[in-house]
Amino acid sequence: MKAIKTLTNGILKENPVFRLVLGTCPTLAVTTSAKNGIGMGLATTAVLMGSNLVISLLRKVIPDKVRIPAYVTIISGFVTIIQMLLKAYLPDLDKALGIYIPLIVVNCIILARAEMFANKNNAILSIIDGIGMGIGFTVALLTIGTVRELLGAGTWFGITITKNLFDPALIMILPPGGFLVFGIIMGTINKFSSMNLTKNKSCSSCPLPCGAAGKGEVDEV
Amino acid sequence: MNNIMLIAISAILVNNFVLSQFLGICPFLGVSKKLDTALGMGGAVIFVMTISSCVTRAIYDLFLNPYGLGYLNTITFILIIASLVQFVEVVLKKFIPSLYKALGIYLPLITTNCAVLGAALINIDKNYNVLNSTLYGFFSGVGFTLALVLFAGVREKLEYSDIPESLKGLPISLIAASLVSMAFLGFKGLFGI
Repeated sequence: MKAIKTLTNGILKENPVFRLVLGTCPTLAVTTSAKNGIGMGLATTAVLMGSNLVISLLRKVIPDKVRIPAYVTIISGFVTIIQMLLKAYLPDLDKALGIYIPLIVVNCIILARAEMFANKNNAILSIIDGIGMGIGFTVALLTIGTVRELLGAGTWFGITITKNLFDPALIMILPPGGFLVFGIIMGTINKFSSMNLTKNKSCSSCPLPCGAAGKGEVDEV
Repeated sequence: MNNIMLIAISAILVNNFVLSQFLGICPFLGVSKKLDTALGMGGAVIFVMTISSCVTRAIYDLFLNPYGLGYLNTITFILIIASLVQFVEVVLKKFIPSLYKALGIYLPLITTNCAVLGAALINIDKNYNVLNSTLYGFFSGVGFTLALVLFAGVREKLEYSDIPESLKGLPISLIAASLVSMAFLGFKGLFGI
C-alpha cells in the first residue's frame, strides 16, 4: 500500500516540475521537442533510481556532516555511466541533449530526493520513489515538449501534424517559448487544482543550496 | 583583443547563460525579487565562476586529458567546484571580511548552481585555452548578473500589478522571463556570433 502511494506521489501530488518546481533548467532547455523531453526524462529517471538505491543502502554508513559531498559523488558516478551509455548506444540523443546530460548532477530533483527520501527510507521504497519521481519528471517534460514542438514546428515526435491548420511559430522552440509554455502550463494547473502549491515558491522545497532556496533566508534579506 | 571582445559579447548578450542557455534558472527565479539580492548573488557567481573556470580547465589539461581520463570530467569538476566554494568562503572570511559580508550568504548556494558546472563543461566543449576559459567564466558571470538585475527590475513592477489569481507567483514570473528572453533574442547574429 505504501509502495503505491510512494509511486503515485511523485507523478501527481508532488510532481517535481509543476508542484515542487525542481530541475527547471533541463525542463526549459531540452524540451524543444517531445523526443528530447522523453530522452532527458528517462536519463534522469535512471540516475534517480540508481542514486536513491545506493544512498538508501549507505544511509547508515555516511556520516551526517559529509553527506552532501558523498551524495554528489554517488550521483555524478551514475551520471557518468548514463552519459557513456548514451554516447555508445544513442549518439543522436546524446548530441541533442549536449551538456544537459552531465548537468543532471546538479539537478535539484536528485539531490532533493536523496535528502528528503532516500536517507530516511529503505532501499525498495527508495527505488519506487525514484521511479515515481522520474515518471513525474518525464511526463512533465513530455507535456512541455509536446506543446512546444506542436506550436513551434508543427510536428510531434517528428511526424507532421498541423500541415494545413496553421503556420508553426518558430519562437516556441526558441528560448522565450520555453519560459512562456512552462509559465502558462503551471498557471493552468493552478487554476484547476485546489492545492495552490507553486504560489510564492521557488525551489524552497529543495533542501539544498541549488541557488535559490537555502534556508529561506535569501529572499528576506 | 578582438578575441576577448568576441567572447565577451557572446557570453553576455548573444548566448546569455540564463536567457538563452537556461543555465542557473533556479537562482534566476529565486533571488531576483529584489535588486540588492540580485546584485549580491551576481557578484558571488562572477567571483566563483571566474576561479572555477580557470581551475577546472587547468586540471583538465594537466591531469585528465593527458591520461585519457576525460570521461571523468563531470565527477571531477563538481568536486572541484564544491571544495573551491568552501575554500573561497574560508579565505574571504579570514582576509577580506567586508567582501565576505557582502557575498557570504550567497556562496554556499553556488555549489549546485548549474551555471558554474555548465561554464566548466562548455569550456571543454569549445576547446578554450586556460586564459580564454577564465575570461569566458568571468563574462558568463557578468551575463548572468545582467539577466538577474534586469529581471529584478521587471519583478519589482510585477509586485504592484493586478494579476489573475492562478498566475500569481512563479507562472507570471516565467511569462515575464519569456518577454525578457525575447528581447535578448534580438542580439542573435550580432557580429556574426
